[in-house]
Amino acid sequence: MSDRLSVFKTYKLYVGGKFPRSESGRVYEVTDSKGKWLANAPQGSRKDARDAVVAARKAFGGWSGATAYNRGQILYRIAEMLEGRKDQFVREVADAEGLSKSKASVVVDAAIDRWVWYAGWTDKIAQVVGGANPVAGPYFNLSSPEPTGVVTVLAPQESSFLGLISVVAPVIATGNTAIVVASEKSPLPALSLGEVLATSDLPGGVVNVLSGRTAEIAAPLAAHQDVNAIDLAGADDVLAKELEIAAADNLKRVLRPQPVDYNETPGTERLTAFLETKTVWHPTGSLGASGSSY
Amino acid sequence: MPTTAPAAHALGEVTASDSTLRRFLHGLPGVDAVGLEARAASLGTRSIKTTAKAYAIDLAISMVDLTTLEGADTPGKVRALGAKAVRPDPTDRTSPSTAAVCVYPDMVAVAKEAVAGSSVKVASVATAFPAGRAALSVKLADVRDAVAAGADEIDMVIDRGAFLAGNYMKVYDEIVAVKEASGAARLKVIFETGELSTYDNIRRASWLGMLAGADFIKTSTGKVAVNATPANTLLMLEAVRDFRAQTGIQVGVKPAGGIRTSKDAVKFLVIVNETAGEDWLDNHWFRFGASSLLNDLLMQRQKLATGRYSGPDYVTVD
Amino acid sequence: MASTSASAFEYAPAPESRSVVDIAPSYGLFIDGEFTEAADGKVFKTVSPSTEEVLSEIAQAGEADVDRAVKAARKAFEKWSALPGSERAKYLFRIARIIQERSRELAVLETLDNGKPIKETRDADLPLVAAHFFYYAGWADKLDHAGFGANPQPLGVAGQVIPWNFPLLMLAWKIAPALATGNTVVLKPAETTPLSALFFADICRQAGLPKGVVNILPGYGDTGAALVAHPDVNKVAFTGSTAVGKAIARQVAGTDKKVTLELGGKGANIVFDDAPIDQAVEGIVTGIFFNQGQVCCAGSRLLVQESVQDELMDSLKRRLSTLRLGDPLDKNTDIGAINSAEQLSRITTLVEQGEAEGAERWSPACELPSSGYWFAPTLFTNVTQAHTIARDEIFGPVLSVLTFRTPEEAVAKANNSQYGLSAGIWTEKGSRILAVASKLRAGVIWSNTFNKFDPTSPFGGYKESGFGREGGRHGLEAYLDV
Repeated sequence: MSDRLSVFKTYKLYVGGKFPRSESGRVYEVTDSKGKWLANAPQGSRKDARDAVVAARKAFGGWSGATAYNRGQILYRIAEMLEGRKDQFVREVADAEGLSKSKASVVVDAAIDRWVWYAGWTDKIAQVVGGANPVAGPYFNLSSPEPTGVVTVLAPQESSFLGLISVVAPVIATGNTAIVVASEKSPLPALSLGEVLATSDLPGGVVNVLSGRTAEIAAPLAAHQDVNAIDLAGADDVLAKELEIAAADNLKRVLRPQPVDYNETPGTERLTAFLETKTVWHPTGSLGASGSSY
Repeated sequence: MPTTAPAAHALGEVTASDSTLRRFLHGLPGVDAVGLEARAASLGTRSIKTTAKAYAIDLAISMVDLTTLEGADTPGKVRALGAKAVRPDPTDRTSPSTAAVCVYPDMVAVAKEAVAGSSVKVASVATAFPAGRAALSVKLADVRDAVAAGADEIDMVIDRGAFLAGNYMKVYDEIVAVKEASGAARLKVIFETGELSTYDNIRRASWLGMLAGADFIKTSTGKVAVNATPANTLLMLEAVRDFRAQTGIQVGVKPAGGIRTSKDAVKFLVIVNETAGEDWLDNHWFRFGASSLLNDLLMQRQKLATGRYSGPDYVTVD
Repeated sequence: MASTSASAFEYAPAPESRSVVDIAPSYGLFIDGEFTEAADGKVFKTVSPSTEEVLSEIAQAGEADVDRAVKAARKAFEKWSALPGSERAKYLFRIARIIQERSRELAVLETLDNGKPIKETRDADLPLVAAHFFYYAGWADKLDHAGFGANPQPLGVAGQVIPWNFPLLMLAWKIAPALATGNTVVLKPAETTPLSALFFADICRQAGLPKGVVNILPGYGDTGAALVAHPDVNKVAFTGSTAVGKAIARQVAGTDKKVTLELGGKGANIVFDDAPIDQAVEGIVTGIFFNQGQVCCAGSRLLVQESVQDELMDSLKRRLSTLRLGDPLDKNTDIGAINSAEQLSRITTLVEQGEAEGAERWSPACELPSSGYWFAPTLFTNVTQAHTIARDEIFGPVLSVLTFRTPEEAVAKANNSQYGLSAGIWTEKGSRILAVASKLRAGVIWSNTFNKFDPTSPFGGYKESGFGREGGRHGLEAYLDV
């Protein structure tokens, strides 16, 4: 059996819970760290980006309206599914990042654990960053975090899997929906992640994965009026500035690129970067009509 | 007990049965307590100066139901009160008379004599004031006594127990019966707002009273802890305003108890002016149930006339 | 309106005394603890919008002055940020107390320079200004416990640009958290309302605040742009129009400057058929006529359920007829002057457009003073989502009335806006409040009340109403390296 011809995988985008080829019909060659051909990846277009925004917007109501407990369950389910397909991801990460199997295995373990970390955050972040405000008057006043909306995430270029998950998980943990632009050079782990997400009870459209030229896909997303925020982790300084300028057109929330060690346990910064604070007031009053005097 | 509808107005049908009345009263818009009190407080910050103040003080004096409702009341006390009502400031004949004197039924005849020949009316509390805990027949006899003695106005108390128990038709029927017994005398219906406790109840009671034929709705007896407040008076003024808009019938408002200073009285007049409007700025439609208020109004009046602050020795005790 | 009708109860004029405030004929820039002329000697005049009287002549900061002020702030930053938090707190407590002491003077000053009624400056602006300093003073030595990790650090020099609608209150919202967290500031007040910020400079002097910690640079938009662009500014905080907010967002792109923006709004005030109607009417009036509607979080769109539309509109019109427009210094004035000729013309243009697009305009009978900038309280009915006056921020006493049939429709219409700053909900049904509040995409939701503010309560918008929060614990984040 050793001379059996293997079955290659056709990598596809993941948009709205489906696996389309790029609307452009284009693909580009993905090689490993030594330049050996691994696969052809779809080269996403402006149109793919637009479709992804539509899918993400459509998914937003349901996902943001789901209970935090439910979101936590689903994020944990993603970890479970990944655990079962660990070998595949170890191989893909090793190829993508030029790591030994054992080092790649450490990276994949960390990535799976990151889903678990954020699964636990879904129903706690509101208690940490929200709360009652003691206003000076007869009013009940409560601040609660709410997801910003549709978030474009430019995944880190180098850390193709752990970095990717480190930027995507916090976005959706709080109820946002995401359009992820995979590492340009190493998109395969991201595209395979789509297959995991599709089988993890995550509603279609909550995460949409695009591969291709980062600058080409990111530009229309940064300018898109129905995108609420953008994480520039995967942009270089020149691109980041350009995208931040475009993002100003509808005042997107922008998370600038910054040095991050993805091996470290994250703080809450990426969770809170894409949260709005809503403050609701209501009169409290008194039990009876006798409180008033003059 | 069969019900006699007091008036064939636009809302006549809501008193057709217990359930229609209940549905109507519970269908009235709710009252947000904080918002209501904030509005009342905001009107209280109006700054009423010079000519406006002089106008308001004279208007307030003319709206006072000068009241004595004590177990120790005697003919002598009531006669003194009547004299004061007719000519509140013996040193200044330009001072208006008060609107009325308000006494217990057994003092009506004395009061009537004391104010004879003046514009001052005699109002009498009745219906087992202030608790109202007596048989209807006793209450009606109380009313008839007062009217027979010459009362121009009857201040009745509602059955708060029945109201709080949700027995609105009983309260309604009683008011209707008292109205009938009052004959030509104008009927003021006292809710004892301090006992109704919530603003929603005060709004419902206001409409209930008006539906039953009240000529005035009145906050309180002056005998409980919380009596007239800017907020409950504002709420009742909204009710008479809205009732007139729906039925064409104008009903008066009387806050009673706890209004002691000119400053307070002027605040109430601002509330009248900016809530029900100037049609109510007349003692036919707005009264203050008060006793010590009058002397403070008179001292303020003297201050405006002379530029000096007056003192208690320059107004009469009675 | 009441002031002109032949009411039996005609309120006599009750003006607050102007003598409590002493306005100098000219003011300089406040840089490094000193009042100084602009490097190029430029000046501009500030007028009282209710009379068009010139109040004072103000030095106009240019680029060189911005540079000087930023340098002073940078220099002061070293010591200020190194002070124990408890010491910074005491400076802020001093400032809060001096503001309380001088509140009548500042209220009159603000009314003169801004045109808003003394009732508002006295009962809303000034108490909130003092409370804001008092609140953030207490944070200065407790930052370790604010939820941003241990020992959070200040950013450095904050460049702050504020609007003219609440001049001193917006200054407080900017300066109090900045100083509490250890930053130093360069603040540009609006060109039409520079005076209270310059009086604040004097309060800093009385409080003994170290030189350079607070610098005040009056000027126009170009002064603000120069401040935002200055390379040694670490933090930009802006309150104002969405257009300028976007320009700032572009300008800081690619830099390390941290930005918070508090911008425009088109707040929906939603009245359901089971609302406490009389309080709703008050809330609608407060929502759109407070400060002549020149409020970013104004409830400028009234969404009323069709089943109570007639009743509500009757009540609202009757209520508007009792509003008193006139001398802002009169204690009984409800509606003061529009802040500037420019703003008046913007309001007028949008209102004319509303009429041209077929909406029905109504105002109570109302005589406007012959000098100054005035606009009568105005309602538009027959307005749909497509009308310009339902979409664009008017920033004036103009209410657009739209209707809805179901809660879903109300929420859809309320959210159908580029803005997301505020919204109101009026219903006696608790579950409806919570359901609607959770669906509204706005940063501040007032249920059965409107236009309430408090230093402990975070304020700021969704979408194009800006980002970041001012007030409360949340407000610290904008000035910390977290």
